[in-house]
Amino acid sequence: MALALQQLINGLTLGAVYGLIAIGYTMVYGIIGMINFAHGDIYMVSAFIAVTGFTLLTAFGVTSVPFALLVVLIVAVLFTSVYGWAVERLAYRPLRGSTRLAPLISAIGMSIFLQNMVQLTQGARVKPIPPMITGGIDVLTTDGFTARLSYSQILIVLVTVALLAAFTWLITRTSFGRQQRACEQDRTMTALLGIDVDRTISLTFMLGASLAAVAGVMVTMYYGVVDFYIGFVAGIKAFTAAVLGGIGSLPGAMLGGLIIGLIEAFWSNYLSAEYKDVATFSILILVLMFRPSGLLGRPEVEKV
Amino acid sequence: MGKKILLAGIGALAMFGGQAYADHLVAIAGPMTGQYASAGDQIRKGAEMAIADINAKGGVLGQKLVLEVGDDACDPKQAVSVANTMVNKKIVFMHGHWCSSSTIPASDVYNESQILMATVSTNPKVTERGLKNIFRIMGRDDQQGLVAGGYLADTFKGKKIAVVDDKSAYGKGLADEMAKALQGKGVKPALRESITAGEKDYSGLVSKLKSAGVEVMAYGGYHTEVALILRQAQQAGLKLTVMGGDTMTNTELVTAAGPAADNVLFTFSPDPRKNPAAADIVKKFRDAKVEPEGYVMYAYAAMQLFAQAAEQAKSVKYGDLEKAMRGGSFDTVIGKLSFDAKGDNKLPGFMVYQWMGGKYDYVAK
Repeated sequence: MALALQQLINGLTLGAVYGLIAIGYTMVYGIIGMINFAHGDIYMVSAFIAVTGFTLLTAFGVTSVPFALLVVLIVAVLFTSVYGWAVERLAYRPLRGSTRLAPLISAIGMSIFLQNMVQLTQGARVKPIPPMITGGIDVLTTDGFTARLSYSQILIVLVTVALLAAFTWLITRTSFGRQQRACEQDRTMTALLGIDVDRTISLTFMLGASLAAVAGVMVTMYYGVVDFYIGFVAGIKAFTAAVLGGIGSLPGAMLGGLIIGLIEAFWSNYLSAEYKDVATFSILILVLMFRPSGLLGRPEVEKV
Repeated sequence: MGKKILLAGIGALAMFGGQAYADHLVAIAGPMTGQYASAGDQIRKGAEMAIADINAKGGVLGQKLVLEVGDDACDPKQAVSVANTMVNKKIVFMHGHWCSSSTIPASDVYNESQILMATVSTNPKVTERGLKNIFRIMGRDDQQGLVAGGYLADTFKGKKIAVVDDKSAYGKGLADEMAKALQGKGVKPALRESITAGEKDYSGLVSKLKSAGVEVMAYGGYHTEVALILRQAQQAGLKLTVMGGDTMTNTELVTAAGPAADNVLFTFSPDPRKNPAAADIVKKFRDAKVEPEGYVMYAYAAMQLFAQAAEQAKSVKYGDLEKAMRGGSFDTVIGKLSFDAKGDNKLPGFMVYQWMGGKYDYVAK
């Protein structure tokens, strides 16, 4: 019982991180119909900004963890959204209106570029930070096993929930959200109505990047180890989450992230950690067989 | 017609030129980039220093050594393409690759083109395939696993021991050998698991270890994953001792795992830094601000090995070199090297080490 609870906690924490990254994939797909393969690397860049930030703050003698976390979070969101904007401006906007494949290839190129840029400027070595938030609460003990909810796990889940609330409000209640949704439905029509489509797309990229930035900071704080390659695995998992939930659907991305996090945790516990990824991707295939547009995705209706 | 003859003439000249006047091209290959790049860096530093020293003493057979560096990023596919590039460059000696999973496919390419190799890869398969061109200056995983498993069975009597690997050729090979050695001593591993290298979240594994009451984990794989597992074990309130292989020599383990690294034991060949005959070289490395840890001295020794074999054979032709290697005994910074019929190091002598306060040393008996 306690063990199952522990895996539930682990799965939800991991799923929250996947979900945050997945939203970036799904939003970009929703608005311009492409998979932004560089998104995982944007997340990696934010993790590096976080490591640099934490190290600098420690060097300047800042010892208050909440303060450091807040500062790093703000700095990472700012810088990373600039990255998101720049990637869109340089690699995707010039290709808008060309074939569907062109921006996809450009995205893969951008991903390789970002990885190599970080590797060259930061070095290939693993960058660690010392554990920041230690300790936790023992929740339940059965059969000699104690389920433990660590403070950093609580923080990750709380931040994710708060962020999602703010984000939902932004999309459903503000004029930017309305413009964003309008662009998703019909870009030409939206432009005719006097809305700056390019600007909306840029903002969407920045928004996706800032969610990835939060995920990057959280992961850096929780796992404490960062290298230039982390964007790849996380990107693949988050992309899978987005597809599982139904690409283009925001709640779907979060749901997909949580499902993958939980599958990974429970599978590696009750069956074998060895075939964890096999389980994840098999479930993806099964879902796509019966619901080709994902769990919460709406099939695209082509009017004749 | 005249042009053709001229071209043929230049071609012939170039070939002769290549044979008679060029320097000896020697190469290293390993993960110069990617997540294990720090090992590649150690190899490069060791090889560069060795070549500078050999060239300062007049080179090999009167000619200078020139270093080529290949980057396989520990990717077997890339390793094969690096091998092909090196063959085209007409190298006479290869020190590499580093990951067993790269060394194995690449060695077929070198074997076909008759290029001599000295490697530190520890998977038994490296020398078990009957290739004549490959020599191992490190020990083998089965020897390593025997020492590690034996030590665990004796030291942690009555404690639960799990065996975990990262599914790589090196990691799985080592973990299997450790499990075999444990069973040989009558200890049944409490858990046998595999993880995916390159991920960040191993909390699933950690919870499983915790619920099974495991206190000791015998791990086959690389240091990056061990650091993450240790950190997450600490978060989950699990005190875990890890026994790993030669890859745990990397100081990154300590920076990444923090104080938890003090719970890491590993097997490695006798520390070359403690070899009194190598004291000068160790000092030279330290003066150049390079700590001769991990694979640095091995790369240095590999280059010495080539130079001595070539001097003994009086040739850098493959056939002569191979004969010299098989029959000879060589004085290097990692001690005396000689090889058995398979090309394995005759005296690997694995020791058990322990990390303590950011440094590693032989484990206290």
